[in-house]
Amino acid sequence: MTLLLIILFPLLGAALPAVAVRWGRNASAGAAAGVTAIPLALLLFETPRVLAGGTIEAGWRWVPAIGLDLTFRLDGLGFLFALLILGIGLLVILYARYYLSQRDPVGRFYVFLLLFMGAMLGIVLSDNLLLLLVFWELTSLSSFLLIGYWKHHADARQGARMALAITGGGGLALLAGVLLLGHIVGSFELPVVLRSRELIQGSPLYLPMLTLILLGAFTKSAQFPFHFWLPHAMSAPTPVSAYLHSATMVKAGVFLLARLYPVLSGSDAWFYLVSGTGLVTLVFAAYVAMFKHDLKGLLAYSTISHLGLIMLLFGLSTPLAAVAGVFHIINHATFKASLFMAAGIIDHESGSRDMRRLNGLWKYMPHTATLAMVAAASMAGVPLFNGFLSKEMFFTEALELHQTGTLWWIVPAAATLAGVFAVAYSLRFIHDVFFNGEPVDLPRTPHEPPRWMKVPVEILVVLCLLVGIFPAYTVAPLLNVAAGSVLGGPLPEFDLAIWHGFTFPLLMSVVALSGGVLVYFALQYRFNLHMIVQSPSPGRRFYNRGLAWLTGLSEIVTGGLQNGSLQRYLALLVTVILLAGAFPFWQLGWYSGSRSPGMMDGGSGVAWLLLVVSAACTVIWHRQRLLALVFVGVTGLMVSLIFVRFSAPDLALTQILVEVVSIILLLLALYLLPQTTPRESSVTRRMRDAGLAVAAGLGAAGLVWAVLTRPQDTISGFFLEQSVPGGGGSNVVNVILVDFRGFDTFGEIIVLAIAALGIYAMIGGLRVERPALDPARRPWAADSHPLLLRVASRILLPLALMVSVYLLLRGHNEPGGGFIAGLVTAVALITQYLASGIAWTEARLRLDHQRMIGIGVLIAALTGVASWFFGAPFLTSAFAHWHLPVLGELPLASAMIFDLGVYLTVVATTMLMLVTLGKIGAREEV
Amino acid sequence: MLAAAITIALAAISLAMLLNLWRLLCGPDLPDRILALDTLYINTIALLVLLGIHFDSLVYFEVSLLIAMMGFIGTVVFSKYVLRGDVIE
Repeated sequence: MTLLLIILFPLLGAALPAVAVRWGRNASAGAAAGVTAIPLALLLFETPRVLAGGTIEAGWRWVPAIGLDLTFRLDGLGFLFALLILGIGLLVILYARYYLSQRDPVGRFYVFLLLFMGAMLGIVLSDNLLLLLVFWELTSLSSFLLIGYWKHHADARQGARMALAITGGGGLALLAGVLLLGHIVGSFELPVVLRSRELIQGSPLYLPMLTLILLGAFTKSAQFPFHFWLPHAMSAPTPVSAYLHSATMVKAGVFLLARLYPVLSGSDAWFYLVSGTGLVTLVFAAYVAMFKHDLKGLLAYSTISHLGLIMLLFGLSTPLAAVAGVFHIINHATFKASLFMAAGIIDHESGSRDMRRLNGLWKYMPHTATLAMVAAASMAGVPLFNGFLSKEMFFTEALELHQTGTLWWIVPAAATLAGVFAVAYSLRFIHDVFFNGEPVDLPRTPHEPPRWMKVPVEILVVLCLLVGIFPAYTVAPLLNVAAGSVLGGPLPEFDLAIWHGFTFPLLMSVVALSGGVLVYFALQYRFNLHMIVQSPSPGRRFYNRGLAWLTGLSEIVTGGLQNGSLQRYLALLVTVILLAGAFPFWQLGWYSGSRSPGMMDGGSGVAWLLLVVSAACTVIWHRQRLLALVFVGVTGLMVSLIFVRFSAPDLALTQILVEVVSIILLLLALYLLPQTTPRESSVTRRMRDAGLAVAAGLGAAGLVWAVLTRPQDTISGFFLEQSVPGGGGSNVVNVILVDFRGFDTFGEIIVLAIAALGIYAMIGGLRVERPALDPARRPWAADSHPLLLRVASRILLPLALMVSVYLLLRGHNEPGGGFIAGLVTAVALITQYLASGIAWTEARLRLDHQRMIGIGVLIAALTGVASWFFGAPFLTSAFAHWHLPVLGELPLASAMIFDLGVYLTVVATTMLMLVTLGKIGAREEV
Repeated sequence: MLAAAITIALAAISLAMLLNLWRLLCGPDLPDRILALDTLYINTIALLVLLGIHFDSLVYFEVSLLIAMMGFIGTVVFSKYVLRGDVIE
């Protein structure tokens, strides 16, 4: 339960800062901090159990049919990450309170941040791979919102879109990879997966699966060549960068590799793919970082480089390398978060992030400078700071490599080179900003930030120092359990000391430090670093070109299929149906069943004739729209008659009601449209359409014949038997609607509600002038609301309402129900509009249709939810037969309340649609 | 006796419906066709009531009740359209 709470607090509590912002920025930040502090406390409460090596598990069933369950686990690795996410999250919340300006919507920022935090926690605590994927996608979405927070900036929008496209695309690859993995193992549950190493590595699908999963991890963790989204994501507010690019978003990819390390690692493919990518990223990004003039740009490329380092460590597949990888995750999170925050402070207090203008800030902000120096020293890997420890472990492991054979020197050499670059760019961060002359026309005079803006940086910097100087007393236990759960076995021997004696790794460190200092000062004073301008990254060019190509392709496909011609859609649709319907005939051959469908009686014959003739007339006269509508009316009436003939009174009632409502609707629309349809299609086109129509009609007739001539043993028998015992009602149609298939009905009323609201939204305020003459160029009748009609309609209203209530109440057992009753009520009410006008009716009938729709859907939904309290699935119905005085035996089912919701929704949507259309032509005075 | 009467009445009403169809096809004007539709509604009601008596079932009466109401409203809407153009004003 604790685990679920830890995730749910930020996810559900995300709404709080948006509400609290009414009481000011502090309240909003406080709410966000509270929502973060509670799960942090819950997590810390579990510390003893986790540090003792225990794993806390919790699970609920969700969608077991596809192997997706809500299972969570808190082991060492999950604990480490959750601690980073919540701890640094809390600091970022405090920092952002001072960073964001008065004009920024603070509430929205914290909402996005908490949503992101919840999604991240979900990733690290999931015990089910599919569940992990769900949270993975959530982080992509919420990081999109965070990066695009300053939505009035074009580069923020572009950066957000790029991040979403790259990480979202990687997410798709990951989905495919996880599905393959689940296919190999037979389960998506992590404990099962983690036990199946031999099975997975022996599978022929191992390589494609590994590639897909790595694609997901590499895109998320900004590995070369997918790294370019990360620098563009720097257009986000700095607290977002500090959070996303130190402890969370980009670490998700690394986390995934750590999580699956026990089963995926060790193979040659893993070694070459992961270490190769990591190595290239490490060196390349460190090199680029030196030439970035933007503070955040430098940090961005440094982040990419360090992520490459962690990747490389995991790729090496030795136990000690994995330990070093986990250790570097911790160290990188602390120093990079503090560096981003320091960069944000500098930007905030001086108005610029350009290192060509920021010089000599030491005089103005010595305190911030000190903090930044400590963090930068840690980034460079200077002894006594935490970055040094993990970097030295990395150097050691680089030397231990055996897979590369005679090329053994490549990895150590590259590692040293990257170390040189790292020292150079760290030194630049300090020297170029705080020393190196005087500031060059800054927008503001720099000064120290508010006290509390520095506190988060101070905390992180102190952590850097504590870990760097006393590793064994601070980080060792956490590192032990986290690395233990990565390895899934016994830990190797390692010594977290600063001094190991004069060793080769120490020599590499010395080379890196001295080389870095040399490189930086050579660049600064020999090559005039400030004058070097890098061309934009080719990755971005490829991305833009690919995007343009994809957009063009989808435009061609969409334009080809969807050109706006309804005739064409219909022709395509009917053709596809024809082909699909003809396939079984072609495959099985045509044969007629043994049963005789029976003879037609005289009355049915007349109805059939009327139906056929009126349908044909609709087609013949379809250019005269009003006339065609009259024939549509005849067709509808005959169809409902045929339903009665075949003992389907519910259908007959629905049909006749829908018929009248559609006629009203069409006449309302016809008033605004031309009275005749112009002739637009060519003869060949019409012949083609006629051919299609005849073929489709014959196909449908053939199917009906095939069904009617077979002995009838269909599913309807089952429903007839189950209706009373299963649904408590003897009207099978209604029981199916509100009980057996209640979920469908629920979906349908929601669609209905959306359609009505959509109509209202689109044409709600539209008004048109009434033409002076009717289509035949005669004046309109003078009497708008004839007296006889008014009187008749008012008598009709109570009668119709009584009938509709009757139909609603008895619907469960006899023909009727919410849908039919709702239509009767709506038609009766609309009649008042027809007969007496809008003004008269609305003065007496004050119905808020939109609200009524909401109430209807809500009642239906609550009936469904209510069954949860009895431990039954959504929309399970209960029923009882009560004996009441006066009314007699009353069969009551919970489905009847659901039906009430259906009734309200149907009344309100029908009314809203018709009245909205009716008001278009109405004049103000009546 | 009743059965014979019902059979004759059914035949008569079927014939009437065919005549409605004739009027619908010939017109000559729109009001003629709207009237034909209205009469068709009434004949349908008669047909259903007769069937209800014949099969001794209440369901037919209920359907014919609703058809009566809807037929009335359908005719009103068409007439209103011809007279005023705007059905709801």
